[in-house]
Amino acid sequence: MRPVPMSAVTVVGASLAGLSAARALRAYGYDGRIQIVGAERYRPYDRPPLSKEFLRGAVAAEDLALESAEDRALDLHWRLGHAAIGLDPADRAVVLDTGERLVGDGVVVATGAKARQFPGPRLTGVHTLRTLDDALELRARLLPGTRLVVIGAGFIGAEVASTARRLGLDVTVVEAAPVPLAGPLGEEMGRVCAALHAEHGVRLIAGAVDARPVGERRVRAVRLADGTELPADLVVAGIGSMPCVDWLIGSGLSIDGGVLTNERCGTAIPGVVAAGDCAVTQSRYAGGLLRTEHWTHAQQQPAVAAATLLGRDHQPTPLAGVPYFWSDQYGVRLQFAGHRRAGDIVEVIEGDLESRQFVAVYRRGGGPAARAVAVLAMNQSKPFARWRRELARSNAPALA
Amino acid sequence: MIEVCLAADVPEGEAVRVDIDPPIAVFKVDGELYAIDDTCTHQDASLADGWVEGCLVECPLHASCFDLRTGEVTGPPAKRPVRTHGIDVVNGMVFVRLAPAPAETR
Repeated sequence: MRPVPMSAVTVVGASLAGLSAARALRAYGYDGRIQIVGAERYRPYDRPPLSKEFLRGAVAAEDLALESAEDRALDLHWRLGHAAIGLDPADRAVVLDTGERLVGDGVVVATGAKARQFPGPRLTGVHTLRTLDDALELRARLLPGTRLVVIGAGFIGAEVASTARRLGLDVTVVEAAPVPLAGPLGEEMGRVCAALHAEHGVRLIAGAVDARPVGERRVRAVRLADGTELPADLVVAGIGSMPCVDWLIGSGLSIDGGVLTNERCGTAIPGVVAAGDCAVTQSRYAGGLLRTEHWTHAQQQPAVAAATLLGRDHQPTPLAGVPYFWSDQYGVRLQFAGHRRAGDIVEVIEGDLESRQFVAVYRRGGGPAARAVAVLAMNQSKPFARWRRELARSNAPALA
Repeated sequence: MIEVCLAADVPEGEAVRVDIDPPIAVFKVDGELYAIDDTCTHQDASLADGWVEGCLVECPLHASCFDLRTGEVTGPPAKRPVRTHGIDVVNGMVFVRLAPAPAETR
């Protein structure tokens, strides 16, 4: 590749992906100006604890800061508390909600995602959880004895339910799918996770489509499709996320469930790259276009974007090619690496399901041709680490 | 001084966790023993479960890297070092000499 001379780069998004992009630009020797735009008023902070340690009150907001002392040397110009509302491809200008235009040679789109909301006016007592402000609001309402209904038994929903239960709330989880987490983990392992709720005194109602908060101004209950009403003082909707890409409509970028990029994070506009939760990227591991919302992805993919912007080669480590995420629920640490598809066969290879200490491997294809494509572990970090590396090694030819 | 286990019982390239407060991990690399705080300074995870490569241990949760010899962070997301502790081997038995001050909380 040919190095591209640059002197002004705008990073749009001031969370993990944006900060990682800025770090990578400097690591590649870029010494021009970097402006970093963030819609929230905070410097980059870590989001995973927002549903766990932070929500529980075990860590403070300062503990969430992502920047280290060394990051001071990055020399970033922060534009916080201002959302980008447009991108002008002619001069690669990022337009802020103040009307200001930040003109540059390069743009990194790292605007992340936002929590999906129920349509219509928001009732008091109905919350979503994505930002620090969301977590502060919710945390103040997690009082013992409060009746909480969580809509959505995905990772956020399960973690919030777990935290709230620990704080002494009366918790019910409602899930539209017959088995929670069946998408990422498959039905067998989804059922194992689902059982954690009941084991810890949380009611799980699965297969409940069209659950809706109801009430006058303040939420009173969650109503299910069959008319059942679950009384609720507090509701948390963990019903998925949407990429923050509305501001790019009309910019010339291809938008389809996120900003479409090639494998190297390049977009339809030269000098504009995208990474993290807002990007839909060609993934070798998954064998198709994928929008990935994992922490590790938001930490690692921006290095690819930065290299592409500067016209440099980037050699990701084999491990970086294998998707990875974790979740902490009810004192169980769940870790997953790889990518599962319908039809993959899962087998417990260490430990056993009952003890909640096991490693399960997903294989694709039958007989001697079967190959491991994913691994799930509960409370088994050490063998998991070994399997994660094994996936990177055995899939290396496909990823190279 | 905290008695840990027989030196021979620490597997090469792995660690033994000492369940005190805060917990300590004793690693063995190329026959050498190293003692550090077991809990990653980033988020709650046991470094004894981490991946050891040379004198580095990688946190099993977010891949933060620490140098077993110095406790320094060699890879993010961790920002603060872990404490290192002294090691004595007496008649084949491993003892840990705890570092005097607990790590700063931030």
